[in-house]
Amino acid sequence: MEARTEAAPAIARAPTWVLVAVPLALIAAAIGLIAALGGPGLDERRGPPVEELAVERTVLRPGEIQLSVRNTGPDAVEVAQVAVNDAYVAFAADPDGDVGRLSEQKLTLEYPWQEGGAYTISMLTSTGATIEHIIDVAVETPDTGIGFYGLMTLLGTYVGVIPVILGMLFMPALRRVSEDWVRLFMAVTVGLLGFLVIDGSLEGLEIGGEASGAFGGPELLFLGAALAYLALTAVDRRLKRGVERRRAKGEGAYRLSLMVAIGIGLHNLGEGLAIGSAYAVGSVALGAFFVIGFALHNTTEGFAIVAPLARAGRPGFIRLLALGLIAGAPAILGAVIGAGAYNQELATFLIGVGVGAIVQVIGQLLPSIRDREGQALHPLSIAGLIAGGAILYATSLLVSV
Amino acid sequence: MPLLHQFVPHHGLHEALEGARAAEHGSGHGTGGSSALHGGGAAGPTFRPGKTVDHAANGFHPTEMLRDFDWGKTRRLASGRVLREWTLLAGDKEIEVAPGVHYPAWAYNGRVPGPTLRAREGDLLRVRFVNGSEHPHTIHFHGLHPAEMDGVPGVGAGLIDRGGETTYEFIAEPFGLHLYHCHAGPLAEHIARGLYGAFVVDPKQGRPDADELVMVMNGFNTNFDAEGNQTYAVNTVAFHYVNEPVAVERRSPVRIYLANLLEFDPLNSFHIHANFFDYYPTGTRLEPSEFTDTIVQAQAQRGILELEFPYVGDYMFHAHKTEFAELGWMGFFRVGGDRERQRQPAAFHDPVRDEGESA
Repeated sequence: MEARTEAAPAIARAPTWVLVAVPLALIAAAIGLIAALGGPGLDERRGPPVEELAVERTVLRPGEIQLSVRNTGPDAVEVAQVAVNDAYVAFAADPDGDVGRLSEQKLTLEYPWQEGGAYTISMLTSTGATIEHIIDVAVETPDTGIGFYGLMTLLGTYVGVIPVILGMLFMPALRRVSEDWVRLFMAVTVGLLGFLVIDGSLEGLEIGGEASGAFGGPELLFLGAALAYLALTAVDRRLKRGVERRRAKGEGAYRLSLMVAIGIGLHNLGEGLAIGSAYAVGSVALGAFFVIGFALHNTTEGFAIVAPLARAGRPGFIRLLALGLIAGAPAILGAVIGAGAYNQELATFLIGVGVGAIVQVIGQLLPSIRDREGQALHPLSIAGLIAGGAILYATSLLVSV
Repeated sequence: MPLLHQFVPHHGLHEALEGARAAEHGSGHGTGGSSALHGGGAAGPTFRPGKTVDHAANGFHPTEMLRDFDWGKTRRLASGRVLREWTLLAGDKEIEVAPGVHYPAWAYNGRVPGPTLRAREGDLLRVRFVNGSEHPHTIHFHGLHPAEMDGVPGVGAGLIDRGGETTYEFIAEPFGLHLYHCHAGPLAEHIARGLYGAFVVDPKQGRPDADELVMVMNGFNTNFDAEGNQTYAVNTVAFHYVNEPVAVERRSPVRIYLANLLEFDPLNSFHIHANFFDYYPTGTRLEPSEFTDTIVQAQAQRGILELEFPYVGDYMFHAHKTEFAELGWMGFFRVGGDRERQRQPAAFHDPVRDEGESA
């Protein structure tokens, strides 16, 4: 240390903030210089401009089609003309002119579309390139008024809150069964949750793959999952400390149950999002079958929440209701977001949050399926895991959004 | 629009579009009138309101092209035969084929279609071809001529490279409506890019006086996917004759030289509203083959249409392949009374026929 101090006395004496600020300033100056000089020594890109537009939102109103487009390519794009099903249409652009990188433009097309029709919208740019957007089935976009949000709240309640609370009705039965049966039910729960992880990951990757790419795609799933996993772990540590301080009987079980409820709640946020957006674009018919399917599917989630409470003290009604709402109510929020402001990036991220949360919860539940020798995988738990996965697989067939 | 107003609320859109349309009217664009407002929603296809093609930048105007016949530099030889000479220069040029849509064309004499060359049967034609383009080209004429004048690669002068030139020389025969186009490979691209034009050979005795119009049906595959075209038109600019109807006179003979140079689509067609025409396929016989309101042409097919308009008013004409019509191949005739008679440009008149022999 002594020798180095003598070699560079000025650096050694400088305060730490200067040692951070000087490199930062040099980096900024170098980047600024390169930008100002336009990358000296480097040619422009070879070939014609790369023109990309992603349609982020499509709104259908009588006699008109509105597209919100975002430039996801490196070069500016100007939409010169627009054809719908091979016919040029009158349209207005807001703002007018070029769309810069990552900028947005709203195109309002005058077109007498018919309900149920399929439409290919071809945007012809100033250079003659064509960018296509397909509307598979034209359905008027619902007005996002009070009534609409009311409907989404009802929908979220039907598919989220009610089934979860119904599932929790297994609680009294659970309290009577033997240790082995509790272990079995916990294994079933882990199986259920494991299926949700796989199901959610696949769905998130699919939706992420369809994203415009301007703000990322499938990686948002992993980002969301990691964030949720770490955040829930932090919450869990907090709760554990609280439990240890109070040393209350059964508090450990409630903590576990709360963690499961939170994990499932975050999962249901993504599920509500999918339902709301599917409803908004008319790709799902709300009806008894739809609601019954989700009810059966999500009832199993209610079971998962109460399973850890089998050996806890008699739980209060309010406490159980709160757990149910934590797990179910996010479906309402998800449905509202999905129907009102859906985009693939947000959906991928939120589904990722659900996946990460459930992975975290599975980690929490695993100790409770260990037998007296400490083995997690014994005949009973294996049967439970398989049963849980199979139940969710079967009920998921009833609800394909 | 009134119907739309009655049944469907669409105020926001209406305001946006009306603003643009008002701007269009204010600019004094085109011939004005009701047809400038044609289209939109159920009223049919149209381009974005308020935007027009810059014909000055293009260097040609579809309305002027209609009656622009190039008889060449003309003199009578000692033998008594009439000699006509032209120079065609091939070049690369960006043109606006629809408002705001630019296409990197290859053109003869800076226009698409190229100049309408006109002669009379038996004239000696000398076409000097200079290639100012980055790419090798030729001129291949339809008509009777020796092999070395055919303008295909490997025969006669063959391909003419950048900076090179050649002269095609042959007798104008047979009479009729013919074509010329580049025959370099790939052929589809050299035609699609705009290297083509009409070639009119009059019969020796001429044709009866009429308001003569040249209409070359074409289109542009602006995204170069070689699967159909993005814009369709007569004389290059899509929907041009919707915005500027073709002015003709009532009860007066009209003759249309109609050729199909459309690439990538197998067939094109022409349909006129509220009227019928005599059709002379390829124009090589003086008796019409058909009295009809719709004809079909494959690529390079062409024919002469003769008709009169019995009533004044605006009459639509378009491809009855409706996809093409809605992608730009649509226009109007505006039939006026005597007061609005269209003056014939000087180019219409054959200088030899009208002014007698020149030096």
